[in-house]
Order: sequence, then structure tokens, then C-alpha cells
Amino acid sequence: MWQRILAILAARNREFYRDSAGLIWNLLMPVMMIMAFAFIFSGEPRALFKVGVIAPPTQATTSGFLATPHIDFIPVTDDNAAVVSAITKVQRHQLDLLLDMRDIPAYWVNPDSANGDLVERLLLGAYAQQDQANSDSSPQRRAAAGEALSYADWVLPGVLAMNVMFSSLWGVGWVVVRYRKNGVLRRLKATPLRPIEFLSAQVLSRLIVVLTTSILVYLGASLILDFPMRGSYTTLLLVYTAGALCMISLGLTVSARLRTEELADGLLNLLSWPMLLLSGVWFSMEGASPAAQTLSTLMPLTHLVDAARGIMIDGASVLDILPQLGLLLGLATLLLVVAARFFRWE
Amino acid sequence: MTSVSALLEARSLKKYYPGVQAVDGLSFEVQPGQCFGLLGPNGAGKTTTMEMLEGIQSPTDGEVLFRGRPLDLAFRQSIGIQFQATSLQDFQTVDESLRMFASLYACTADRDELIRLCNLSELLGRDTRKLSGGQRQRLLLAIALVNDPDLVFLDEPTTGLDPQARRNFWSLIKTVRTRGKTILLTTHYMEEAEQLCDEIAIVDQGRIIARGQPQTLVQEHFPAAIVRLQTTAWPDNEPLPNYAERRDTVIELYTDAVPPVLEYLERIGAGLTALRIDTPSLEDLFLKLTGHSLRT
Repeated sequence: MWQRILAILAARNREFYRDSAGLIWNLLMPVMMIMAFAFIFSGEPRALFKVGVIAPPTQATTSGFLATPHIDFIPVTDDNAAVVSAITKVQRHQLDLLLDMRDIPAYWVNPDSANGDLVERLLLGAYAQQDQANSDSSPQRRAAAGEALSYADWVLPGVLAMNVMFSSLWGVGWVVVRYRKNGVLRRLKATPLRPIEFLSAQVLSRLIVVLTTSILVYLGASLILDFPMRGSYTTLLLVYTAGALCMISLGLTVSARLRTEELADGLLNLLSWPMLLLSGVWFSMEGASPAAQTLSTLMPLTHLVDAARGIMIDGASVLDILPQLGLLLGLATLLLVVAARFFRWE
Repeated sequence: MTSVSALLEARSLKKYYPGVQAVDGLSFEVQPGQCFGLLGPNGAGKTTTMEMLEGIQSPTDGEVLFRGRPLDLAFRQSIGIQFQATSLQDFQTVDESLRMFASLYACTADRDELIRLCNLSELLGRDTRKLSGGQRQRLLLAIALVNDPDLVFLDEPTTGLDPQARRNFWSLIKTVRTRGKTILLTTHYMEEAEQLCDEIAIVDQGRIIARGQPQTLVQEHFPAAIVRLQTTAWPDNEPLPNYAERRDTVIELYTDAVPPVLEYLERIGAGLTALRIDTPSLEDLFLKLTGHSLRT
């Protein structure tokens, strides 16, 4: 019995370590992930609280509330839109407190926020220390009530985008390589079919699949969760379509000439995993190192996630997400041209 | 010398891969309405040649002319190809495959007629992956004919088929020919070449080593019969006559007249129990010309 087990074991092991593409991926991926996490979070240790400050003093202060350690003081420009946006953030628990230093010192705090409560005490304590004699100089309190955004609500747009990415890359990239390997493309090469016709059909087919599944997932999620959708459905559909087109074109570019599925698999993994980690799908990149944040902006998935989140959570309009839309569609066009140019039937 | 009437012409075709000279200066013409065969063992360069003629591979040197002109998009509309080991897309039925390929062409043959011809009527709803060898070849042939082409390429069409299926396929090809189609096929079965082809070219190691009609080719190189017996049946110390040859365990005697040879054998006391008398075939021709056999 053992002889048989060992024989099959040996054959399977040989199969494994001789599959160089698979082997590299198995060894490399965990290393890459560790490196990625180290890289992402290689910045300064994160602050405990986030406080917005409207019209902060130009000189750095060494005493008073603004000198409190372990607080991230984020400047807010003195215009109506920025202030309103900041107040909304307090309502959503994205800012723990908003300090107004314009004429009369005032602050907004969310009565439902535990963090807000603590920062408020720090603020009042700091002011009390500064002006021990004058009890009238404490800043005015303004309530900005609102529910916290749950993690599920925050992560949903990213998860939909992630689904779009995987479905687009593998549904097209891997499939075309498999066709090439099996001889399907060679059979088609002998017909009057032209590469651009073939590729367009693949793009459209995958687009239909991706959008349909995304809609179904969205509907399914809306039955289970009660997540915000403050923007218009048309805009959301538009941005996911642009994202899908971009990812599909990326998949086509990868598969334009590859002949082995293992290599295609490896390359697609190499593209999708960094995007998965660095695009703000699972955690916000705001606390990441500047280098990681730069890398994040180079990835199309980041922009799709940003736009989708903006629409669902902040109610962004088409105009608001126009930059992301333009970038996704522009990249999609560029990649499609490249894919058509480099495409080989064999 | 160019023949103006030739449908397809290969001129000094060469194909080099790194380290391999797959096709080394091949030239021939296919006339309209003809069935032309490329006969040779595996690895002779037949499939590579076919691919260059089909326009799928570009030659390292030489050219291919269709109706006197280089291959263009119109060429693709006028040809049909039956692949050796083709892959059709998964999860498609026979009917769907036929329709898909028909949609790629400007002009198509009558579908019902084609289905009848290739005996596919009972298979229309079946998944293409669930066809037997013979059924799949019939479907692939139907697909090759879907655009009513003038020129049909058949690459080893009966490889892997049992003898009955093979014979059925041959009669199918003969019917196709009656519709005036020109056929170019490759094979390593000499019987197939003999049965189907008006003219053949014997290919070995990337070159044509003989060309002509199957029957006349053999007659040019051999007399009417070959008498074969085992070497063990040959009496010791008896020298071989000049019209005999020893091949491995067999002694072959070439002759136009069999009875005198039999008398001779009887006279020298050769064992006659495992004796064979054959008509020379392309197989023998190939062996004679190349020193190795058609069947590798």
C-alpha cells in the first residue's frame, strides 16, 4: 500500500515543481503579500483621531489644542463647499471633530460618536487650560448628528468593482489564451473573420456578462444589507461599465500573444492582486505611506472604486466623477488599440 | 513555367524553424477539378506545407498563388479547410457550429443539402464534443464546405478512423468531387492516396521526391509483382538473384512474370509455406525512394 502511495506522491510532486509558472506563483505570492503590507503601512504610525480645522493659523502652534499629540489635524479651506463637506464627514463619523477658527471659535461634533466625545473633552480641556480665568471663551458647540458608515456599507462598492475586475480579466484574458492553445483561433484565422471583429465580440460578450452579474449581486446585496445609495443608478451603471471596459481591454492586452494558460494565469494574478490590495477596496489608503498612495493612483481599479464609492456614499453626480470616468474610458480605448495591434491568432 | 489554368500553385516553398528545415523548396500545381494528394510519413512537412497554402503560415521563402494571384481576402472566401485536430468552441451543438461558420462568409452553400450530404441530420442537436471520430470528421468536412468553396483542403482527414468510417469518408469525398470542387489533401495512408487522388506528390523531409498519377508512378518504378518470402525459407549458401533484395526478415523478388519465379524457387528448394505475391504499392515506392517506410 505504501509503495503505491509513495509512487503517486512522487509523481505529483514532480508535476508540481516542474510547473515553473505555478511554482513561482506559489512561492512568490505570499512573499509579495507580506512585502505589500509592509510597504502600504510603512508610513508614520497612525494618529488616533482625525480633526478638521477650518482656517488654521499659518504658524505652527506649540501649545493649545492644535498641539495635542496623536491627533491628525486636517486643514479645511474656508469656502462653503469644503465646510459643508467637512460637516458631512463629522455626521458620517469620518471626522471626529471639526474646529472652526474663523471669527468665533466653534466646533462641530457628532453626539453619537465615541471618538467625538473624547476629542471634545480634549478640546475643552485645552481651552480651559489656556484661558483659566475666562470661562466665556470656550468655543461654541454645534451638533452634527448622523449614523456611522458601517464597514459593510463602505466596502460594498469596492467589492462590486473587484468582481468586475476578476470577471473581466479572466473571462477574456484567460479564455482567449485557451482558444489560442486549443486551436480555435487557428480555425478562425482561416476564415474571413478579422481580429478586430473577433475582439469586439469578446468585449461585448464579457461586458454583458459582467454588468448582468454586477446588477444581480447589487440586487442580492440590497436584500440582505441596508446600504446607502445616494447617487443616481444611471451614473453608477455608467462608471461600472467604464471600469468593465477598462478591465476587459486589460485582459485582452495580456492575452494578445500568450500561448500557455499557466503564463496567462500568472500574469493576470500579478496584475489583479496588487490592485486588490492597493486600490482601497478593503481599507482606505488614507493611512498608507505616500509611496503606496502614489502607486494606488496608477491603478485603474482605484479610480473605479473611488467613483463608485463617491456615487453610493456621497451622492456624487456625473460631473463629480468625470475625471475618473474619463480616465477609465481613455485607458480602455488605449488598451483596446494596443491589444488589436499586438493580437496574434497563434 | 507558370500554367495559367492552375488553380493553386506553390513555388519553391520553404519554411525554416530554428534548427529545423520543415519545408525545403517545394513546387507543384493543382488543376481545377483535380484531387491532388501530398503523401508522406509524419514529420515530412506536409502539414506545414498545407498551412502555407492555406494562408495560415507565411513561408520563409517562395510564394503561393491562387488563380495566378497572391493570397488575399478573396482567397479566404473561396476556400474550405478541414483541420487535422481542430478545436471547436465548447458547449456548441453541431447545428450551432455550422451556423456560426456560415455567418462568417459572404456566400454559403445550401444548409439542408450540406447536412444531407454529410449525414448530419440526426446529430444536429448534439454537443460537438460528444461526437465519435467519424461523426466529427463529417462535421468538420461540412464546416469546410459551408461557404461552397472552389478549393477544399483536407489535412489527414481519416487519421484515427476505423476502416469502415474511413471508407465511408472516401465515398463522401468522391461525391464532393462530382460537384466540381478541387481538393488538396495530405495523408500517410497510401490506400487513401490511391483511392482518392488523380495526382500525388510524395513528400519526404520537406521535399517532393516523386510526382504523378498513383498507378503510373508505381509502374514507373516497379514491375508487375513482388514475390515475398521469409529469409528463413531461403536455402543456405544459395546466392540471391539480381532481381531480388533482402529487407530485414523478408526477401523480395521483383518480376513481371510470376510462374517462372515460382518454378525457380521450387527448384532451389526454398520454403514456400509463407509465400506472398503482391502488386507493388506506393508503400513499396516510398521505401525504395527513401529507405524508410511510410508508416513510422
